This record gives sequence, structure tokens and C-alpha cells, in this order.
Amino acid sequence: MKLWLISFCCLSLGAHALEFNEVKTAQSSVTFGYKQMGVPLTGSFAKFAITANFDPAKPQTAAAKIDIALASIDTGNDDANDEVKDKVWFNTAQFPNAQFIASSIKALGGNRFEARGKLTIKGKTLDVVAPFTFQQTGLQGIFDGALAINRLDYGIGTGLWADVSTVANEVSIKFHFVASSRAAP
Amino acid sequence: MSATNTYSRTAMTLHWLMAALIFAAFPLGVYMSDLKFSPLKLQLVSYHKWLGVTIFLLLLVRLVWRLRHTPPALAWRIAAWQQRAAHAVHQLLYALLVAIPLSGWLMSSAKGVPVVYFGIVQLPDLVSKDKALGHLLENIHASLNYALLGLVLLHIAAALKHHFLDKDDTLARMLPLLKRRRK
Repeated sequence: MKLWLISFCCLSLGAHALEFNEVKTAQSSVTFGYKQMGVPLTGSFAKFAITANFDPAKPQTAAAKIDIALASIDTGNDDANDEVKDKVWFNTAQFPNAQFIASSIKALGGNRFEARGKLTIKGKTLDVVAPFTFQQTGLQGIFDGALAINRLDYGIGTGLWADVSTVANEVSIKFHFVASSRAAP
Repeated sequence: MSATNTYSRTAMTLHWLMAALIFAAFPLGVYMSDLKFSPLKLQLVSYHKWLGVTIFLLLLVRLVWRLRHTPPALAWRIAAWQQRAAHAVHQLLYALLVAIPLSGWLMSSAKGVPVVYFGIVQLPDLVSKDKALGHLLENIHASLNYALLGLVLLHIAAALKHHFLDKDDTLARMLPLLKRRRK
């Protein structure tokens, strides 16, 4: 009977008052897709840091800050991996990180949410909207979202590379974050 | 009899068209490999891949055509060993024309940069991304191409030898403009 009560408590906690605040970066990923001469390529960033807290029942109180180490990029094309750290691309020597800070998160219904915030790359800050889904299994929560940006808005790939018929302007960033939770008091 | 002693118009078109495309794709491949990473390199690599796919498609048509049509006979006075050698070189050329585009396609897949024909039609990846395999396939692709270069030079030398030294109709079967008037 006691055991039953405990498991009932845990289940109800799982369903309601959980705040997800510990992102497991090893199980998470930040990837991106783009086109080069019409060829779809997928890249990723190996290093990023996230501080966040998110309660699906109270998304308006959520907060998130993501820092991505740009030099940890894999463009999906080995030849491009060195080039892309150069001044005309990310200029990682001067701007090592990209940063996203959420300003508001709202529920869109079901498991769908939307984060609005500011994305800073290469010293340029722009407002972005990132829709995402949230799946909860026990004490673990999984965020999956996407966000489309134009690389030239941030001055990524200028000069020779500004021609968008070779490397497309559109870049779709995808994130997959696995977070754990400590029960809210 | 001379009317039947040329290749069909289709066979000649395929032969010369493929020859022209190969003569473009080969130096393009050599040139682009040495370029440093740049938009020009990405463009040239794409053009090279499109040429390769076109050559491969033409080859498939050509193989079907070849299987259904018998090529015109070689001059009867050509020595039997030379006829066998010519046959062997032709078979090797066909084998390389299959193997080279396939190795390029495999290499593109292994390097994680799929082939998108004319930037529109994406070919399926034959293998998954693998850096070491990509490097190996790059070497194989290049070696096969140098083997092709050697065979093509032999093929051209033999054609010219027959035309200018033996003065037979071997080359004229594929290039009727050169047909000699019978005296």
C-alpha cells in the first residue's frame, strides 16, 4: 500500500510539477542543414553549454540561454571545416561563441511550444522565433526544435562566399536537448 | 559493301559525344582537385559530377545499343592478334566507363557530399559517410582515370596507325568523313 502511494506520488509529480533544469549535453545535439550547389548537407556543433529551466505547465516562467562554441563546427564537408573558422565566415578568433537567450516561451497547444529570443552570431543580434516540441518521459524531458536563419543577416560567408547560388543563404538549425529534472518544491 | 561498313549513326553519336564529355570531365577533375577550397571549387566539383552522371547515363544507352547491334567488321587483313587486342581494349574501356562514374558516386557518398544532378535530382547515397573510405575511393577514382587515359591514348594511337600507316577503314567506320574513295 505504501509502495502504491509512493508510485502514485511520483506519477502525479511526473505529470505536473516538474521543472527541467539540467540539460545533458552529451545526449543533446545542435545540428544544421544547408545547401551547397543544390546539395543538401548537414553539419553540427560538438560543444555547447545550456542553462535552462522549463516547466511545461508554466512555460511563461521558463528561461534558457545557449552558448555554442563555433570552432567546434563540423560543416559536413571536411574541406570546409577549416575555411569556416576564417574571418569571412565565423571569425572564431574574434567571435568564439554564438548565443541564444530566450525572452519568452509560450505554449502552442499539445506538446508544442514557441521560444522567442535573441540570437547573437559574429557580434550581430537579431530576434528569432524557434518552435519546438517537448516530450516528457518520467524525469526526463526532450526538446526538439528548429529555427531558420539567413546566414548573410549575420555576415556569415561574405566576400567571395556572398553568392547564394553556391552556398545558400538559408540555414535551418535543429536542436535536440535532453534535460533531467529535480522535482519542484 | 562500303555503306554497311560504318557504325550506326546512333553508335557514332554516342561514341563522339561521350568522347567530348570525357575530354572535358578528365582535365576538370584534375584541375579542381588542386584548387583550394573556394566557391569556384564547389562549382567545378558540381559540374564535374554532372558530367560524370551524364557520361554514365549515355554509357547505359550505349551498352544496350551495343548488345543489340553488331559493329561493322574490321578489315580482313588485320592480323588476328590485333583484332583480339582491339576487342580486349574495347572491353576494358567499357569496364572503366562503368567503374569510373561508379567510383565517383561512391566517393561522393563516402565524403558525405551527395550527387545532385544539375542541382535538382539527388542520387541516393551508395555508402554512408566514412572519411577513410572516402579517401580510399578518391585514390581509386583517380587511378582508374589514369588507367583510362592510358587506354584512350592507345585507342587513339591504334586508330591513327590504321588510318595513316595501314591505310585501312578502321577509323572511317567511326568517322565516315574520312572514308577513302575506292580507286
